[in-house]
Amino acid sequence: MVDIISAKSLGSNDIKIEGAVGEPFCDDAKMSMRNVDVFYGDNQAIHDISFDLEKNQVTALIGPSGCGKSTFLRCLNRMNDLIPICNVKGSLQLDGEEIYGKQMDPVLLRARVGMVFQKPNPFPKSIYENVAYGPKIHGLATDKAELDEIVETSLIKAGLFNEVKDRLDSPGTGLSGGQQQRLCIARTIAVSPEVILMDEPASALDPIATAVIEELIHELKEKYTIAIVTHSMQQAARVSQKTAYFHLGQLVEMGDTKQIFTNPSHELTENYISGRFG
Amino acid sequence: MTKAVNESLPTSAVTEKIKLSLTKRHRSEMMFKSTGLAAVVLGFILVFVLLFDITSKALPAFHQHWVQLEVDFSEDNLRYSEGISLEDLRYRSTLRKAIANQFPDVKSRRDKRKLYGLYSTNAEFAIKDFLIANPNTLDTIQNIWVRVDDDVDIYLKETTSLGEPLVRVDVKEAQWIKSLVETGRIDKRFNIEFFTSSDSREPELAGVRGALTGTMLTMLVTLALSFPLGVAAALYLEEFAPKNKWTDMIEVNINNLAAVPSIIFGLLGLAVIINIFGLPRSAPLVGGIVLTLMTLPTIIIASRASIKAVPPSIREAATGLGASKIQTTFSHVLPMAMPGILTGTIIGMAQALGETAPLLMIGMVAFIVDVPASITDASTVMPVQIFLWADSPERGFLAKTSAAILVLLGFLFLMNASAAYLRRRFESK
Amino acid sequence: MTTANLVFIVMLIALASYWLGIQRSIKVAGGKQQVKHLVSLPSQYGLLTAFWCGIPAILFLLLWSAIESSVIDAFLIDQVILSADGQVQQNMGLVVNNVKLLAEKITLSEDLSAATELQLQNAQFYILLNEKATLLKTLLTLVIAVGCVSSILAKIKHSFHARNNLERIVSGLLFTCSGIALLTTIGIVMSVLFESIAFFSQVPVTEFLFGTQWSPQIAMRADQVGGSGAFGAIPLFVGTILISTIAMCLAIPVGLMIAIYLSQYATKRIRSIAKPMLEVLAGVPTVVYGFFAALTVAPIIRDFGLLIDLPIAAESALAAGLVMGVMIIPFVSSLSEDAMTAVPVALKEGSLGMGATQSETVKKVILPAAIPGIVGAILLAVSRAIGETMIVVMAAGLAANLTFNPIESVTTVTVQIVSLLKGDQEFDSAKTLAAFALGMMLFITTLALNIAALKIVRKYREQYD
Repeated sequence: MVDIISAKSLGSNDIKIEGAVGEPFCDDAKMSMRNVDVFYGDNQAIHDISFDLEKNQVTALIGPSGCGKSTFLRCLNRMNDLIPICNVKGSLQLDGEEIYGKQMDPVLLRARVGMVFQKPNPFPKSIYENVAYGPKIHGLATDKAELDEIVETSLIKAGLFNEVKDRLDSPGTGLSGGQQQRLCIARTIAVSPEVILMDEPASALDPIATAVIEELIHELKEKYTIAIVTHSMQQAARVSQKTAYFHLGQLVEMGDTKQIFTNPSHELTENYISGRFG
Repeated sequence: MTKAVNESLPTSAVTEKIKLSLTKRHRSEMMFKSTGLAAVVLGFILVFVLLFDITSKALPAFHQHWVQLEVDFSEDNLRYSEGISLEDLRYRSTLRKAIANQFPDVKSRRDKRKLYGLYSTNAEFAIKDFLIANPNTLDTIQNIWVRVDDDVDIYLKETTSLGEPLVRVDVKEAQWIKSLVETGRIDKRFNIEFFTSSDSREPELAGVRGALTGTMLTMLVTLALSFPLGVAAALYLEEFAPKNKWTDMIEVNINNLAAVPSIIFGLLGLAVIINIFGLPRSAPLVGGIVLTLMTLPTIIIASRASIKAVPPSIREAATGLGASKIQTTFSHVLPMAMPGILTGTIIGMAQALGETAPLLMIGMVAFIVDVPASITDASTVMPVQIFLWADSPERGFLAKTSAAILVLLGFLFLMNASAAYLRRRFESK
Repeated sequence: MTTANLVFIVMLIALASYWLGIQRSIKVAGGKQQVKHLVSLPSQYGLLTAFWCGIPAILFLLLWSAIESSVIDAFLIDQVILSADGQVQQNMGLVVNNVKLLAEKITLSEDLSAATELQLQNAQFYILLNEKATLLKTLLTLVIAVGCVSSILAKIKHSFHARNNLERIVSGLLFTCSGIALLTTIGIVMSVLFESIAFFSQVPVTEFLFGTQWSPQIAMRADQVGGSGAFGAIPLFVGTILISTIAMCLAIPVGLMIAIYLSQYATKRIRSIAKPMLEVLAGVPTVVYGFFAALTVAPIIRDFGLLIDLPIAAESALAAGLVMGVMIIPFVSSLSEDAMTAVPVALKEGSLGMGATQSETVKKVILPAAIPGIVGAILLAVSRAIGETMIVVMAAGLAANLTFNPIESVTTVTVQIVSLLKGDQEFDSAKTLAAFALGMMLFITTLALNIAALKIVRKYREQYD
C-alpha cells in the first residue's frame, strides 16, 4: 500500500495506462496469459494482464516494488493457492493447457514450472539430499546410480559441482549465500522443469555471487524457459531477451529488452528506467 | 542408460514419468489429510463423550424422590408427658408406626426391617424437626414428606416397569414402591439440598455446600497470596532485575517449577508447612499456600509477558517527567499490563481450582460434615469431594459425583470464559 | 491470640500508622498549605510508616511460628523427663504426643478418665506453656509494631527523604517476592531430601532401587511376619513406565496429527472451533479424568475383554493409560504445533514449489525441521504423564505387580505416594518416609526431563531466530 501511495505522489497516476504497448505476444509461446486479474480478498492486485513467455528465452519482469510482479509470478505455478484469500481470474496456459483448469494437477504443474525464491531456502539436509529431493518425490530415478547421476548433472548445470563435490554429505545450510542459491537452482532443475520462475534470485547476494548467478541464467536458457522478477534494471538488461514493465498491478509495456531500455514507447517506462521513481 | 535421465529424456518424458506416480501420491496425500482430520474429529468425539457421559450421569442427582408419611404425633406414640423436652421423644418408633400404617399387610420382622429401609435414615430427624418447628401439632396427625432411601431413589429413576425388581431392590420392595407410587405418595422434587447441605455418609443427604465453602476459602487464600506475590516477582524480574547469574537462576527456576508434578507440592506442604511451621492440617490456609506455590510460576510467566508488552515509550515518557523507576512502574507500567496479568491470574486460579493431588497430602481428604467457617477450620474442596464420592461404594454417590463435577466444570468454564473475554478486550484495544 | 488474628491486628496498626505518618508529615511541614516544602509527598511518609510498622512485626511473627513448636516441645520433653524422675523413656515421641492429645482433650473438656495423674500433670504443664508462649508472642509483636512506628514518626522531618527510603523498601520487597520461586525449589529439595535420607537409613538404597517386592503396609506392625516391610520400588517404576507408555502411544500420534492438521491443512474456521475443543480437553481437572477412567472407561474395557474371552483386570493399566493419553493430547498438540509453525515458510514453499504434495512436504521437510521442538514437547508430555496423580490414583491399582501386561493391574509411584500419605502419618516409620523417597525419584526424573526439554527447545529456537 505504501508503495502505491508513494508512486501516486509522484504524479504517475496522471498517466493513463490503456493496455500494454510494445509486443506482449509472440509465436513461439511456452506460456501465455490473457486478461489475468488477481485479488487478495477485496483488493485487486493485478489488473487485466496479457502477455506471452517465449520459449527458451529469459523474460524479465520489472517495475517499482508493490507493482504486483512477484504476485503475478507466483500465479504461474499456482503458489498463490497457498494463500486462501487469493483469487485468480483470466486465462493462464502452459503449452495450451489451462493452468487453473480442472485438468491441471498443481503437483505436476509445479514440477513442470519450477521456482527459485528471493531468499535461498535450502532444506536443512545434506547438499546431496537437497538436490535429490525432487527426483525422489517424483520417482524420477529407479536406482541409486541413476539418482547420483541426476544430482551430479544438476549440480554441474548449476555450476556448483566443483565447489561441493567433496562434501555432498555436509548440510546445505552451511554453504555461502550465493552457493545456497545455486543449490536451490540445482534442486529446481533436478526435476527437469520446462519453465523456471525466479523471484529476485540475486537480491540477497553480493555482487560476485550475483554475477555467477546471472551467468548461470544465461546458460540455462538454452534448455529452459525462464521468467525472472528483478529489482535491478541493469540485471534485467544483462540477462533477459524480453522485458515486461509492471506498474501498479498493470502491464505497461513489453518488448525486446534492448528496445525497452534504449527506446521505451511508454512515458511511465521511460520515467522508471531513467530513474525518476522506483 | 546411466547417462543422466534429464539429459537423455526430453522433458515431456519426465512429465510422463511424474504422471505415472501421481495417482498413488494423491492417494497418500488424501490418506494423510484424512488421518489428520480424523485425529481432530477424535478430539471432538472425546470431548463430547466425556461431557455427555458426565452430564448424563449427573442429571439424576438434581432431582430426588420424596415420600409422604401420615405421622401420628399422639402423646401416646411419642411417650410425651408434661415437662419432657420435645428433643427427647420417641421419634423412631413413631416413624416406624407411621410406616407400618402405610403397609398394614406387612407382618414379619424381617419384612418390616426391609420396609423401614425404603425411607431415608434422615426421616426420623425430619419428623422431629417438624414437630419442634410446629409444637402445636402435638397430638394431631400430620402428612409429612420425607426422602426415600437412595436405593429406592435410583430404582424410581431407572426402572422401566414399576413393580419389577432391579439391582438392589427385590420383588417385595418393588411392589411396595409401586403401591406408594400408585397412591400418589411419591413425589419427585428438585434437589435443592444438593447445594445447601454438606457431606454425608448417606447419598440421599449428601451435598456440596461444605466443599464449595472450602473451595471458596482456599481460593481466597490462593488469590490473596499468589496475585501480589506473582505480580511483584514479575515486576522485579521484568523491570528491576539486573542481568546476572542470580536473575538467570530465578528464571530457570520458575520455568522448571511450572513443570514440577503437583503432588510434589503436596509433599512440600506436608513436610514444611505442616510439620515445620506447624499450621493446621486439612485447613484451607495450608491448601491455599500449597496452591499458591503451585500457581505462582503460571502467574509470573503470564505477568512478565504482559509487562514486557507495555511499550518502552511509556516508561521513557514517565521517566522523562521526573518520575522515579518505582513511580513509573506502579503508576504507568502496571496499570497498562493489568488486563494481561489478570488473564494469567484467572488461568492460574482455574488450574488451582481443579487441583486435587497436593491437597490429599495435606489432609484435606478427611470426611467433614461441618461447613468450614474460617481458613483454619478443617475442610475439603470440590475436587477432593469428587474424589471421595467417586471412591464411595454406594451407587447413589455416582450421580452426586457427576453432579459435583458439573458444578466444578461450570466454575472452570466461567473462569476461562472471563479470561478469554478479558484477553479479547485487551487485544482489541 | 492466634497468629491469624495477630496478623490482622498488625495490619490494622499499619493502616493507622499510614494515617499517622501523613498527619505527622503535614504537621512537620506546618499545615496543609506548606506540604510542598517537604522533600517527599505526605502519602509517601504514610506508606513508609505503614511499611515500617508491618514488615518487622510480620517477619517476627513468621520467625516465631517457625520455632515456637520445637521450643515448646523441648520444654515439654524436659518436663516429661523430670516428672519421670529423670528417666529417659523409650518412644519419647509417643509419650509427648499422648500428652498433647490429652491437653487437647482438656481444652475441649472431654472425658479424661483414661489418663493417669502424671499424664494429666504434664498436660496441664503443656497447656500452661502454650498460654505463656501465646502471651509472649502477642506482647512482643505489638511492642515491635508500635516501637517501629514511633521511631519512624520521630524521624519525619523536613529533609527526611521518605521517597528514597520507601523505594528502597519496595524494591527490596519485590526482590524478596521473586526469590519465592527459588525458596520453593529449595523447600522441595530439602523436604524430599531429608526425609529420604531418614528413609535410606532404615532401608538400603540398593533395596529401594533394585528390589522387586513392594509391600509397605506390613511395616506398620512390627509383630507381623516380614515386619520390616518390603521397599523394592522396581514394580512401581515399571508400572509408571507402563501406564505412561500407553498414554504416550495414544497422545503422540493423535496429538501430532492434530498439530499437523491444524497447522498445515485446517481452514481458519476449523481452527477456531478446534482450538477451544483442545482447551476444554486441557482444562478438565484430572480428578474428572480419573472419574471417567474408573467409572466409564475401565468397565467398558473389562466388558470388551469378557466379550472376547480375555480376563481384563478391573483396574487395568490400559484404562488409566488411555485416559491419561487423552489428557495429554492437547499438551502434545499445542507444543508441536508451535514447533511446526516456527519452521520458516520459505522451506515449505521451497518444497511445494518443486511439486511436492502437502503431505510430502510435511513428512520430508517440516517434520524433520521441527523435530527438536517436537522432541522437547514429547519430553515435557512424558514428564507430565509420570507426575500425573489423580487419574492413576482413581483408575489404577494399589497392588505392586511387576508386569508389562497392559490388561493387568499395576501401581505407580504417584499412587503409592498418595496411599502412603493419605491417612495418618508417622514421621519415624519407613512407610511414611518411603513416600518422600518416591517423591524424590519423581522430582529428579521430571526435573531432568524438563531441563532436557527446555534446552532442546531453546537451542532449536535459536536455530531459526
